[in-house]
Amino acid sequence: MATFKILIIDDEPGIREGTKRILQNFKVDYPFMDEQIDFQVLEAGTGKGGIEIIDREMPEILLLDNKLPDIQGVEVLEYVKSKHYDIIVVMITSYASLELAVKATRDGAYDFIPKPFTPQEIRASVENITKQIFLKRMTQTLNKTGKQIRFQFLSVLSHELKAPLNAIDGYLKMIKDRQFGSNIDAYDEILDRSLERVKGMRTLILDLLDLTKIETGKATQKLEKVSIRKIVQMAVDTIRPYSIQKDVDIYVNTREAIEMRADAGEIEIIMNNLISNAVKYNKNGGRVDIFLEKAENMVKISVSDTGIGLKKEDLEKIFDDFVRIKSSATREVTGSGLGLSIVKKIVDMYKGTVDVQSEPNKGTTFAITLIEPAL
Amino acid sequence: MKKKILIVDDDMDYLFQMKVRVEQMGFETITAESQAEAEKVIQEIKPDLCILDLMMESDDSGFILSYKIKRKYPDVPVIIATAVTAETGMTFDVHADESTQWITADLFLDKGIRFDQLQREIKKLLKL
Repeated sequence: MATFKILIIDDEPGIREGTKRILQNFKVDYPFMDEQIDFQVLEAGTGKGGIEIIDREMPEILLLDNKLPDIQGVEVLEYVKSKHYDIIVVMITSYASLELAVKATRDGAYDFIPKPFTPQEIRASVENITKQIFLKRMTQTLNKTGKQIRFQFLSVLSHELKAPLNAIDGYLKMIKDRQFGSNIDAYDEILDRSLERVKGMRTLILDLLDLTKIETGKATQKLEKVSIRKIVQMAVDTIRPYSIQKDVDIYVNTREAIEMRADAGEIEIIMNNLISNAVKYNKNGGRVDIFLEKAENMVKISVSDTGIGLKKEDLEKIFDDFVRIKSSATREVTGSGLGLSIVKKIVDMYKGTVDVQSEPNKGTTFAITLIEPAL
Repeated sequence: MKKKILIVDDDMDYLFQMKVRVEQMGFETITAESQAEAEKVIQEIKPDLCILDLMMESDDSGFILSYKIKRKYPDVPVIIATAVTAETGMTFDVHADESTQWITADLFLDKGIRFDQLQREIKKLLKL
């Protein structure tokens, strides 16, 4: 059992005492955490008193009131930041003024608890933070062992995984509460939505596996002479059931094999992503055209669709992790927001380039080049 | 007359669930799936209370929307759903535009809040 220290700085003894009571028997665990975490609550009634305790005890978590008799809460926050202490700070505020929230967040406050708070609110916040610290420590350990996992990525990932879980959880509760009486159709509809979110989660997990494969890098890369044409055909066949459903025709306009030295799995990931995007974001009855071309030590691949297209301001964002362009046309399209970031990462491994041309409502063309790795 | 609550969220499932639950509390709801759509709605309708997601078209859509609502209807309470900071560690960034320095939301809520708690908060803000 690990114990985290929580320091509460508040000038009201009642709040300090209450918090202590709320947290003294509180324990946090996570399905993959092999130990429980409990809490030791320290207290201070003034900002300066608090800073002394911070220096001496190095608490994991700081619950900080902004209105203190000597210095302001945000000043304590600034102190923690200036010392680069690894402490997660939660501001306790009377119903938040945005100005304070923005300033405090910029200075590294992690969460806000409105005053007056319920035991539930404080436990929920402490639980979130504890999990965050746990994940962060786990990440640090992983980094030490040479595994490159970015914490930011993990935390966004947890958000991305939680959104569908929340949606499904909400629907299940509605079913359990017999929310729609005997209206069977309503239940069918929310079951369909739940299944759609499950599908989205599955896509995300598959994309994550691809990403892991890439991040382990060249060590696992298996370079051999492959036919790009053949891999494209495989990808087209995989997507076929979906394209038939959407009435989108896919044309592979190159007959030659187009051979290069490459890792077949990586080329397949690229093609799967580009072609499935071209179908997903197409119009019913639209088409997808694929062209391949070999020039010296370079292969050019282009995938064009007649779909919804992208706005100029969205073009620069699409290769970032977890970016999904939201519009009424994409609201029901499931995706992880990782596909193009994966494509870009692989193309980079081949020292190639990605170019996008797009016009809203007309279509999009992705053109990539891959340089053949030297023998 | 039933009070009208505007709910804005770009997750269509969260939006739907919120709508059903809020209607069950005895309110009328209007929904919008984006900041842009919500801006159109408030041109036509004055809601009695608004519940806004924070991250929609941009990371601070909820703040901008809150600002615009408060400017048009200073007396309408605004709740912003803020699970975002806690989970992603991303920071709010209201752009340097001076006029946005004055936004206040009446309440920041965690998205995972239980519905009975939500109902209490709504009633408090509507003074019911």
